[in-house]
Amino acid sequence: MSKSIAGPEIERLIQLLARVPGLGPRSARRAALHLIKKKDQLFAPLTAAMSDALDKVRICSTCGNVDTHDPCTICTDPRRDGSTIIVVEDVSDLWALERAGAMSARYHVLGGTLSPLDGVGPGDLNIAGLVSRVCEGGVSELILAVNATVEGQTTAHYITDQVAGMEIKVTRLAHGVPVGGELDYLDEGTLSAALKSRTSF
Amino acid sequence: MEWRDEGIILGARKYGETSVVLETMTAAHGRHLGLVKGGRSRRMQPLLQPGNRVDLVWRARLEEHLGAFQVEPLELNAARLLASAVAIHGIQLLAAHLRLMPERDAHAGLYETLKVITAHLDEPEIAGPLMVRFELALLDELGFGLDLGKCALTGSREGLAYVSPKSGRAVTQEAGTPWRDKLLPLPAFLTTRNTAETTREALDDAYRLTGFFFHRNVYEPRGMEEPDARGGFLMALARSAERAAD
Repeated sequence: MSKSIAGPEIERLIQLLARVPGLGPRSARRAALHLIKKKDQLFAPLTAAMSDALDKVRICSTCGNVDTHDPCTICTDPRRDGSTIIVVEDVSDLWALERAGAMSARYHVLGGTLSPLDGVGPGDLNIAGLVSRVCEGGVSELILAVNATVEGQTTAHYITDQVAGMEIKVTRLAHGVPVGGELDYLDEGTLSAALKSRTSF
Repeated sequence: MEWRDEGIILGARKYGETSVVLETMTAAHGRHLGLVKGGRSRRMQPLLQPGNRVDLVWRARLEEHLGAFQVEPLELNAARLLASAVAIHGIQLLAAHLRLMPERDAHAGLYETLKVITAHLDEPEIAGPLMVRFELALLDELGFGLDLGKCALTGSREGLAYVSPKSGRAVTQEAGTPWRDKLLPLPAFLTTRNTAETTREALDDAYRLTGFFFHRNVYEPRGMEEPDARGGFLMALARSAERAAD
C-alpha cells in the first residue's frame, strides 16, 4: 500500500483531478501542487468559477447544448438560420463547428451514437427531440455532422429513416482528404471515398 | 502466448483515453477480443472500423488474459460500407449475430461466409440472399441447423415448399398442403445454390423463416430481443428494392 504524501484534503483533490480527461495520477499531483502554490491567483478564482458554473450550467431543452440559459444562446439567436439544423454527436462537435464558423445554423446534440457494443440504443439518444423539432415545421435541411465511423453513419441512417417522408433535405458531411493532408499517408478507404465524391475544378 | 491470424473487425470499445478493446472474428481463433494500445489515435481509428479485414498478432502472458493485438490492414472495407444503408446495417447485424457465438471458439466456415458477405454488403441484391444463408449457417453452428435438403415425410429432394416449425425440417408442397397454415414457407432459392432472381417475397419468407428459429431457439431461451440491426437491415433492403423498382 502506497504511503500518503499529503493531508486527506489534498489527496482527495489529487484523486478528483486524476479523473479529469487528459490527467493521470502524476499530472493530477502536478496540477494540485500548482494550484496550491498559486492559491490566490488561480486556486481561489478557479474554485469560484467552478462553483458558479455548477450552479448555472443547464442543458438546453431544445437542442441539448450546454449553456447557462435554457434555451441556449444559439437557439435564441435571431440572426441564425432556423431552417437548417446541424446534427452533432456531442457538445464538443458543436464547439468545433462553431470554431470553424462556416455556417450560422442551429444545432441538435444527440448525446452519442448508436452502439450495440456499448448498449446504446435509439432511446438513449436525443433523436425523438430532433424528430419533434422537424415536425414542428420551419426546418428545410438537416445536416448530419456525425463522425465518419460505422457507428456514426449507422446513427445517420437511422435518423434519415426517422425523418423519411417529411419534406426536408437530409445531407451529410463530405468524406475525403483533410486540408494539409498528404495522399501518401491517407488510408485506402478515405482515398476511395475522396475519389468517389470528387468535384469539378 | 502468441499467435498470428487474419480477422474481420466487428467492433471497438474505448478503453482509457488512448486505447480500445477490439472485437474481431478470426479465421482460426473464432471471435476474439484484445487490447489495441493507441487504438484511438488518428492513424489507427480508420483501420479499426467494423468490416475491415486485418492481419492480427495477439500476445498475452497467459492464454486466459485479454491480451494485446497488433493490427495491420489487409482489406479496408469500412469506407465502402459507410455509403450504403444496407451495408451499414448489415455489418452491425453480422456483428450482433456473431456475438451469439462463444468467444475463442473457432468457426472457420462461418469466417469464410463472413468474408464473402462483407465483400458484397454494399450490393443489396446480393447481400439480401447472402445474409439469409449466413443466418442459416449461424443457426447450424449454434446447434439449431435446419434440414432443408429433403422432405421429412416422404424423403423426396424435389418440390420442397415448407419447413416444419417444430422440427426445422423441410416438407414438400404435396405432403405439406394439409398443414400449410401451420408450416413456414420455404423459398426455392434456399434449396439451391442459385441466388440469382431472388424475388422480394421469397426473401421476406426466408427472413421470416430464420427469424422464427432465431427467436424460438436463441433469443427467447437467452432472454434476448432481436437486435435492432436486423430490423434496420431488412428496412434498408426493402427501401433499396423500392428504389430499384422505381
